[in-house]
Amino acid sequence: MYLTEDEKAMLGGEAGEAIRIAMDLLVEAAAAMDAPRLLEISGAHIDGCLYHGRAGLDFATALATAGGRVVVPTTLNVSSLDLLHPELYRGDRGEAEASRQLMTAYEDMGCRPTWTCAPYQLPERPGFGEQVAWGESNAIVFANSVLGARTNRYGDFLDICCALTGRAPATGLHTDAGRRATLVLDIEVPEAWKDDDLLYVAVGLALGQIAGTEVALIEGLDGRAGEDRLKALGAAAASSGAVGMFHVSNVTPEAETFGGEPDRRVRVTGRELIATLRSLAGDGQLGAVSLGTPHASAAEIEELAILCAGRRAKVPFFVNTGRDVAARVSESLETLREFGSTIVTDTCTYLTPILGQVEGVVMTNSGKWAYYAPANIGVDVAFGNTKDCVESAVVGEIVNTGLLG
Amino acid sequence: MAGIASGPLVVLDEGLSFWGGFDPVDGVVIDRSHPQRGVSLSGKVVFMPHGRGSSSSSSVLAEAMRLGTAPAGIVLGEPDSILVIGSLVARWLYGVACPIYVGCAGELGRGHVELGTT
Repeated sequence: MYLTEDEKAMLGGEAGEAIRIAMDLLVEAAAAMDAPRLLEISGAHIDGCLYHGRAGLDFATALATAGGRVVVPTTLNVSSLDLLHPELYRGDRGEAEASRQLMTAYEDMGCRPTWTCAPYQLPERPGFGEQVAWGESNAIVFANSVLGARTNRYGDFLDICCALTGRAPATGLHTDAGRRATLVLDIEVPEAWKDDDLLYVAVGLALGQIAGTEVALIEGLDGRAGEDRLKALGAAAASSGAVGMFHVSNVTPEAETFGGEPDRRVRVTGRELIATLRSLAGDGQLGAVSLGTPHASAAEIEELAILCAGRRAKVPFFVNTGRDVAARVSESLETLREFGSTIVTDTCTYLTPILGQVEGVVMTNSGKWAYYAPANIGVDVAFGNTKDCVESAVVGEIVNTGLLG
Repeated sequence: MAGIASGPLVVLDEGLSFWGGFDPVDGVVIDRSHPQRGVSLSGKVVFMPHGRGSSSSSSVLAEAMRLGTAPAGIVLGEPDSILVIGSLVARWLYGVACPIYVGCAGELGRGHVELGTT
């Protein structure tokens, strides 16, 4: 692999031990990805701050102890703890302590304690064409598809190696060739579903199953696919598959540039979309509602507050969001609290013991939550769009007026 | 990445997100919608058509390697840096190996596969 003089110096330890370790791992990973060289990045988002056991903590501690400092602006993903609402955590104290140590190690390396899985909702999000190294599967797909920034799917560890060296492997979605659609997903959207949030979840789940790692061009969606719906679509696709980027005809910024001449075309019918949603859903009485996976945007919280104003939830109702967004919509959050909602920041209800014992299924508008929560926290899931989730919470049983009705 | 692994072959029909889909404590597939749910991957040579899902899978693979519950080696149908970096870091921290080879399903005719260098 070609390395510049600066990169060779980092590899030789001239910029310190932490950077030597990071560069060594980065070069070996880049070789496994067949990258011909590295490229410079202007920012990073770290997923490694979420605790999954001793190995992640040992790694971060080793880098921090060796004097590691990030050389590009770097944000931090959700962790296992809600630092603003610590009373919500019902898990093991020892694990909480280890989680806190992990978070501190990343802060010590100069990362910003943003604690959100939706760094694209922060004011300093990357611009079109910007090369970055992001972890967190939903953030990766959003950065590429919606912002037109460029990142590969970076896992824990490689994300901080990139942030410490300011480099990433020059391959895949960092390059024009890697962003070309190889597949068209031709979506049949029945008229009645055109403005239903769940349509985008269903399309995302289908996209992940069909595309795997491929970049797809989606046809059939229209201008109603705003940022929040594209967020939901991408998060679902990055859960059911390994999707790092998609294009939507006439909607996303690179659909025209890289959408042409795909190798194959797959038609997805409305019936198949419904079946995809139903395959993840369980049965039973409504036990709780969880919204905001990925973290709810300011617009989503304001819309939710309008739906909830002056009403009262009969079941536990959770909304996950980032602390930066929460600070911007404090009035709306007050409305949600009066509704009976618990506001969760810095983490997410499917990652960490917050829900407690739920009697019945948990209703969500999130494909990602539905995909991971059953194995992670042992609950069954029902889908509803945001409006139906609120109505269901108010009457205390599942109401489906939308796609699944 | 270099290394030799040997063990009974497990062919996964779909990609697996190690995070959320694999329990590093007992080495078993826990993804409810995965065809190989309940299958142990510990000490096996695991063929996976492609990666899937979470970028936290690096941490989960590294943790499984630390605990001794990881596959003996992984054969990927398509390159996936998320698993590769997990394996590299665990090797660096603990001196344990889980070689990852990018090959294709057609190469896997026998119950044991020798993994070479990519």
